[in-house]
Amino acid sequence: MHRFEYHAPTSLDEAVALLKEHGDGTKLLAGGTDLLVHMKEGGLHPPRVVSLHAVAGLDGITLDESDGLSIGSAVSMDEIASNDAIRQRYAALAEGAGVVGSVQTRSMATIGGNVANAAPSADTTPPLAVFDATAQIVGSGGTREVPVIDLFEGPGSTVLAGDEVLTGFKLPTPPADTGSIYQRHTPRKIMDIAAVGVGVRLSLGGGNIGEARICLGAVAATIIRATEAEDALAGHPPSEELFAKAAELAQAASSPISDVRGSAEFRRHLVGVMTKRCLDIALERAQN
Amino acid sequence: MAKLEVHYTINGRAHEAYIEPNLTLLEVVRDELRLTGSKEGCGTGDCGACSMIVDGKLVTSCLMLAPQADGAEITTIEGLATNGDLHPVQQAFIDTGAVQCGFCIPGMILAGKVLLDQNPKPDEQEIRSAIAGNLCRCTGYTKIVEAIAAAAEA
Repeated sequence: MHRFEYHAPTSLDEAVALLKEHGDGTKLLAGGTDLLVHMKEGGLHPPRVVSLHAVAGLDGITLDESDGLSIGSAVSMDEIASNDAIRQRYAALAEGAGVVGSVQTRSMATIGGNVANAAPSADTTPPLAVFDATAQIVGSGGTREVPVIDLFEGPGSTVLAGDEVLTGFKLPTPPADTGSIYQRHTPRKIMDIAAVGVGVRLSLGGGNIGEARICLGAVAATIIRATEAEDALAGHPPSEELFAKAAELAQAASSPISDVRGSAEFRRHLVGVMTKRCLDIALERAQN
Repeated sequence: MAKLEVHYTINGRAHEAYIEPNLTLLEVVRDELRLTGSKEGCGTGDCGACSMIVDGKLVTSCLMLAPQADGAEITTIEGLATNGDLHPVQQAFIDTGAVQCGFCIPGMILAGKVLLDQNPKPDEQEIRSAIAGNLCRCTGYTKIVEAIAAAAEA
């Protein structure tokens, strides 16, 4: 690795002050599973690296009936995937975190890093989006909240300013009778990146689908909500025909590219198959 | 470029090093502290040959900056045997004949140990998932999986 100046602030204020002073070339380091690969092999040579590992207060998971779930940005994939409350109440998120990389990757990689990298194929972003999660952001101008679905501008690009730090996520308490799921398709079983990722949440009410969320990964420049499919589902009783229609609408919302993990045509086909499958499973989970 | 002092407890023994921050934990442990059991295969976290246990977690030490591990408790392959007795996973690898060229084996054994610490009776699928981040270019996976299963029975 090229040389860089290294900082390990112990508070957010200190981290933000470093970012403000040194500008955009500075890179924030969390788990390192992505950043170090880019610094070793991807031609990325930042003059400064600010490690967040010593910053207090970024590593908590708290669940509160009224406030919902709060996850610090430095929480690891492994901690999320193995957290009982998340597995029960926010199953899609536990599933997304649980398929990232290997045991080693999951013990190092953080949810903040997975989101801030802004890969359209990230496995935790569709689950966060289906739970209407907001990202908590701290910068020199103060704090702000941005819905996770609105964070991304394109591959590798977010709305975060150069002096801002992603500190965590808030997920509202889902309604009773909610089922959620995240599934992805990968050419290899494990240690691969999604060719298509699908997150679904169905919240039932009075025999109908009260609220539906479908978020697709790796089929556009950013993750996308299939809002027409969601609208078609909301307020209707679940049925095979309705789910097939929603899967078609999700397909229409996708605009995949062809690459080593699959052709655009194959990916669009997968969006249909996987959306239908995820709706079936989310419904089953919501009913149990 | 300011040098940093880092302190690690490796295999129960205190170590310190005076390093530049652009080194990985693997580089410091191998090149500065001369514990060469951990290997560098890919250098990008894909092969698992550099696996170490850092504060109880299995990590790829090629992707951990040396200063990030300052203060950590670290176990490497050199630390598994106690008083000259091999760890059950090490013994099972020998008894099963799971070692071919040997390059991946330190990482495989540590991955097996971490699995058995958390899940003493894993099934085959759980063993295969636990070593999904460890590549064997001799492709000797069958015997490696058998060895970890045998260690669970031991």
